[in-house]
Amino acid sequence: MKRLCWYCFLYISSLSVLHSVCAADVASLNGGKYVPLYGAKSGEEITVRSFSLQTTPVTHEAYLQFVRTHPEWRRSKVKRIFAEKSYLQDWTSDLKIPPGRKKSPVTHVSWFAAKAYCKSKGMRLPLLKEWEYAAMASTEKFDARQDPEFTRSILAGYETPKTYLKEVKHDPPNIHKVYDLHGLVWEWVDDFNSVIISGESRNDGDKGLFCAAGAVGATDLANYAAFMRYAFRSSLKAHFALKNLGFRCAKDKE
Amino acid sequence: MLKRIHILILFMSVLLICSDLQIVLAQELDEMSIYHLPAKWETQNGNVVNLSDFKGNVLVAVMIYTSCKMACPVLIGEMKNIEASVKKKATGDIKYILVSIDPERDTPERLKKISQDYDMTGEQWVFLRGNEETTRDFANLLAVKYRQISPKDFSHSNIISVFDKGGILVHQREGLNVDSEETIDQIVTLLNTKE
Repeated sequence: MKRLCWYCFLYISSLSVLHSVCAADVASLNGGKYVPLYGAKSGEEITVRSFSLQTTPVTHEAYLQFVRTHPEWRRSKVKRIFAEKSYLQDWTSDLKIPPGRKKSPVTHVSWFAAKAYCKSKGMRLPLLKEWEYAAMASTEKFDARQDPEFTRSILAGYETPKTYLKEVKHDPPNIHKVYDLHGLVWEWVDDFNSVIISGESRNDGDKGLFCAAGAVGATDLANYAAFMRYAFRSSLKAHFALKNLGFRCAKDKE
Repeated sequence: MLKRIHILILFMSVLLICSDLQIVLAQELDEMSIYHLPAKWETQNGNVVNLSDFKGNVLVAVMIYTSCKMACPVLIGEMKNIEASVKKKATGDIKYILVSIDPERDTPERLKKISQDYDMTGEQWVFLRGNEETTRDFANLLAVKYRQISPKDFSHSNIISVFDKGGILVHQREGLNVDSEETIDQIVTLLNTKE
């Protein structure tokens, strides 16, 4: 009987610890309005509803737990149509993460895999507009996009090689208490395939490729850092598994 | 002599069974098959189907939305042209699938209406609508990009995709008013391929 109580106690305390860990891992963001780089109509404000966002990118450690319980997402089991060959390429086996990278963001994950992970947590991938909304904040401002220093530090991060090896919470969080939106890895968003950049290398100015192509344009080309992210997203396909591309999950606010 | 014939018949039937078995094994889904997508879809007739219900057919797929005034009528016209040319050159199991990128607005009734307006009422024409998630999944398997630019309008890539009888993507044709000859040849080849 005593033993049973002891087990109960252990169980409950571990649950509460787990719960507090989970709660601490998610930041709550109040909704708002902003003009994104690529809006529906150029210069138009869009509305973001209040949502929750994981404070860091999903780490190798966390992803390992996921593949333990979801064998269909192990490296040897995953269906090629949902993840290309480089999926979890750095892992030494199905359940062995790359040495020394427990706390660094999991990368080499496809969009389908990232989505399945978030679903398993009762969450989802953030929308593009949510991610950009969270990422335009600095440590002091909700919208620091006009801040040259802020943009410079983001660009410096893009230029630094192998930042995906760094551990999460490397730098102080932004004003939303969210870490590492810049500086470690690029991140999947749910609607990455909504980014359509036209008028470049493709034939005949893309008029043949897209309906209403003229409606899509950049509002703030000065924001070069954001432009790089949009260009990167437009080049992605959902089964890609790249070494500098990770993700984090989001949730609607109840 | 008779015994020999018996043995020969036995031998041949074993061979036959083996080759049958091979066909069964070959029918197991390839890793690249689109039929791994578990989603359910509604057709223009209001039926609920799985993509995998189309296994065994050559699939020709395109994504459209019914309130589209610009590219979609062209795309639909091109699907019709492809269908007409293929019909002259080959027969076999084939479905032409038009998937809505506007699942909220494109009800089965609206899909039905557009199928009638464009005279696409034969069994080979299938109009599908899913939900927001399954639509994005499907688009991503086809590398189709789209975004809502106003309550009624989407910007989207104009891609016609061809899948073999096992659901593997074998050909894509991108753009409007592009020559369809290669697409037609591909479809004809697939129809003539025995598994």
